[in-house]
Order: sequence, then structure tokens, then C-alpha cells
Amino acid sequence: MKTLRLLAVGWYYQFKMISRSPFEGIGQVIYPLFFATVAFFIFRASESPRTLLYASLGAAVMGMWSATSTTAGNAMQRERWHGTLESLVATPPHFGLVLLPITLAMSTIGIYCLVATLALGRFVFGIDLTVEHPLLFALAIVGSVASFGSLGFLFAVSFVRFRAAWALGNLFEYPVWLIGGFLVPLVLLPPWVRPISWVLAPTWGMSAIREAALGGSPLPDLLLCLGLGGVYIGLGLAMLERVLSAARKRGALSLS
Amino acid sequence: MPVVEAQDLHRTYRTSTGTLRRKWMDVEAVRGVTFGIERGELFGLLGPNGAGKTTTIKMLITLLLPTSGTARVLGYDVVDDPREVRKRIGYVFGGERGVYERLSGYDNLRYFAELYGVPPKEIRPRIESLLELVGLKGREQERTEGYSRGMKQRLHIARGLLHDPPVVFLDEPTIGLDPIGARELRATIASLADAGKTILLTTHYMFEADALCDRIAVITRGEIVAQGTPGDLKRTVGAGTVVEVEVFGMPEGIVERVRDLEGVTSVSIEEREQAQMLIVQTPTDVELTHTILGTLNGANVGRISRREPTLEDAYVALVSGE
Repeated sequence: MKTLRLLAVGWYYQFKMISRSPFEGIGQVIYPLFFATVAFFIFRASESPRTLLYASLGAAVMGMWSATSTTAGNAMQRERWHGTLESLVATPPHFGLVLLPITLAMSTIGIYCLVATLALGRFVFGIDLTVEHPLLFALAIVGSVASFGSLGFLFAVSFVRFRAAWALGNLFEYPVWLIGGFLVPLVLLPPWVRPISWVLAPTWGMSAIREAALGGSPLPDLLLCLGLGGVYIGLGLAMLERVLSAARKRGALSLS
Repeated sequence: MPVVEAQDLHRTYRTSTGTLRRKWMDVEAVRGVTFGIERGELFGLLGPNGAGKTTTIKMLITLLLPTSGTARVLGYDVVDDPREVRKRIGYVFGGERGVYERLSGYDNLRYFAELYGVPPKEIRPRIESLLELVGLKGREQERTEGYSRGMKQRLHIARGLLHDPPVVFLDEPTIGLDPIGARELRATIASLADAGKTILLTTHYMFEADALCDRIAVITRGEIVAQGTPGDLKRTVGAGTVVEVEVFGMPEGIVERVRDLEGVTSVSIEEREQAQMLIVQTPTDVELTHTILGTLNGANVGRISRREPTLEDAYVALVSGE
């Protein structure tokens, strides 16, 4: 109970901080709309309205992923600039419980990306947004946000130790669009890429959202997505003590 | 048993220069620091910038690992039991950084109250009483980005006390504050000591350490060069004399020339608006005024005075390594 409360309060204040940043906010407004517009122009040759919904959902998840991958690194960098990283590390809880709400708050912003993208598709390009399983669709979104946040957590662990690791988040942003099957079906990719796709939660999150919207069975994909999220958290926690110890040894916590 | 004890603490940083041909070197920030702080004591760690004060305090609050040596807080080892140490200490860093500027003062405290495990029912009254203590009552709902440096500093103090820790570490808490703000903050620190907290205060202001501390350790170049009550430290130079010479346009190399004179204990220069003050300490029975004037090579000299040494002179003598 105490742990859940700590996670909830941490998420609330971190989310409050991010949502108050006009600079970061502008990026979150523009990028998803840009992705959606590009996706629409690529796929509008198709006559099928379901193809356009397929593309629109892909663009929406691209925005969600970008919000997590790039901002997870920025979040740690922000803690360093503000001089709050040391203050957080010096608190008694396991640092994982302090860090996880920060990355979950980042991925929550991704929900906005999804809503904005779908709204643009509906009102500007007239895409039919009929969702076959609304409840499962909502569950798939929440599950994706949680697992994206977990992957952001894994990134953030390395950002604690390495100041320049924020670049890692940017590096992962574009390849995952491709290998996560956001716009191009995975079957079109070379066979050697597929195992990489399988270990990425965004692949399964994307698939679950599409299955729920287009009328398939999203539960297996959703469970895989959540399972991978759990694995990321486990890996992150296992690495965190070692990473923190290295940062304390090198005096890297106070560097900005 | 001391509440805080440091035993032969060393801390070395590895740093590099150059881009293509990197040269690595070790910088010894702390070299064998040993001290103990008793329950309820206000202990000052006094030294110039770069002396190793912050490095020492960061090892004690578990943010840095010592290269060698041991440190314990309330019996818990800072390396082996960092979480037990963190539960029992509060710390305050000087400067404006370290607060979430997009959150209000209240939200900053609320977030850290949760992190420090303050029971939910106690959070609101605790925050209210701390806002009262540090004089931020009425401004707590404003975002901290609009706070003055002094207000941020006071918010730091409130945050460090949220979980009512028995031991408090204050790292140059008055740095950069205006005189009134610094005086108010010193009064707050004194009230914490009156409330029975064990406090380690680092500062480079001699008068601050003199006014607040029960005992002081003077640290310079990573080593403790003197330790005792303010009275003990004064006595280390108590028998000497200080000659102050006001000079308009100090000749180059004067410190080295005066230091080489026989009988000189320490030399320092202070900037005083258009002039500089050459401050020379000598034993009581040594008269060097004319000799000192002779080394000035005809520079424009103003007021000359002789006086008894103060605690600041003791500090200058200690940190100049004489």
C-alpha cells in the first residue's frame, strides 16, 4: 500500500511538472500531428477505410513511443540540471520506486499523442474511427502506456550513470517505428529483424491496439506487452543498484 | 559513542585532460579526515572553497563512496547501510538548485514528504509547521521559479527537516544570501540546535562558525588542520600581533616576499574598494612594521595599524598552511 502510494504521488507530481512545460508541450502537440499527416498521405492511396485507421493508429503509437523514448532521457537530464537528482537519490526508498513514476509520467503524456492523432485523422482527414472492442482498446492503450514507461525506466537507469545517455533515447526513437511495425507490417521486414521486434513491448502494444480497434483478439498481444514491461522493470531494478553504486563511486550524480 | 564519526576518510577523483591523447590523473579531494560529532552538538567544518568540505559531507550523506576510510551515522555505515542512514538524516545544500521550479513550494515539500515516508496524517501539519519555521507561510502556493534565492534556501531547510531527522547536514546554507537573509537563516539553524538536533555545518564564513558552532574543524586541501572549540582555535594564534597595511596598488609577489621575512606567521591580502589590505601575523615580541614597509618598494601606503588577532586571523593562518 505504501509502495503504491509512493508510486502514485511520484507520478502525480512528475506529471504535473511535465504538463506545465510549454516548451516540451509544443513538441507533444506538433509531433503527433506531423506523424499523422505523413501517415495519411502515405496510405491515402488505399480505398479501404480500415487501412486508413490502421495507419492512423500506427501514427498515434509513434507519437506515444516518441514521447517516452526521448523524454525519458530528458527527464534524467532535467533532474541533473535542477540539481534534484542527488536529492532523489538521497531519499530512503529504493531508487527504482523513485525513478519508475518519472518514466510512467512521461509515457502518460503519450495518451495525449494518441488522442490528438486520432482526432486529427477524424476531423481533418475524415477517417472513420469505429473501434470494434472499445473496452479492450482502452485496456490496450493503458497496457501500452505502462510497458512503454517500463522501457523508458530501463533507459533511465542508464541515464543515471551516464550523462550523455539521453542520446540513446533519441537513437531508439526512429528504428522502433520501423521494427515495431507501427506503419509497415512486420511480415515485410527481413526475417532477422523479427526477433528484435519480438523483444520490444511497443511491437505488441501496437498490435494489441490494432487488434482491438480493427476487430481481432488483442489479449495475447496485450499480455505479451505487459509481460515484457515486467521484464524491463526487473532488468532495470537488477541493474539499478550497480549503476547507482558506480555513480556514487565516480561522483557522477552531481554532474549536470 | 559519537552520532557522526569519520575515520581516516579519503576521496580521490579520477579526471582527464586532452581529447585525442587523454591524460588521466588522480585528484585527492579528501585526505584522511577524522572527526566525531556528539549528540546534540553543532559541529562546523570550516574551510575555503575547494578544501573538501562538500566532498566530506557527500560521503557522510551516502551520495559519494569514500575511496578508503569509514564513516558512520548513528552507528550505521554510510557504505554498507545507506538506506538506514538516509532515513535518519536531513541535508541542506546551499545555492538555488535542488528544487522543482515548476512546482509550488508546498508541492515540493509534499513530494519529498512522501519520499521520506512521513505518515499521511502527519504530512499537512508537518509542512505547515515547517513553512512557519522557515518563514515561507503565505508563499507556499507560488511556483518556486519565482522565489528569491533566500526563499529557495529556506525551502531547502524545510525539506531537510520534513521527516524530523535527528541528524542534519547543512552544506554552506547561507552562501549567496543577503546579510539579513543570512542572519535569519543562522537564527533558524540555532533554533534547530536548541531543539536537540545534531548538526554538521560547513561554511567558509569564520564569523558564522564562531557564532553557531560548539566545535569547529578547519579543513584545507582535503586535510583537517585544527579541531576544537572556537576558543581553542583563537588561542592557537592568541599570543600574536596582526599588522594591517593599507596599500593602493599592491606590488606583485609581495605575499611571497613578506612570508619569507623572519618572524612572519602568516600573510594575506584583502580587497577593500580602491585599496588592498596587507594583513601580516607575527609573534607578539616581533616588530616588523618597518621591514614590511620596506618590501613594498615605495607603493602608495595608506593606514597602518596593529591589533590583537581574531578568530578569522586564526583561520587564515591555518588555511594558509603556515
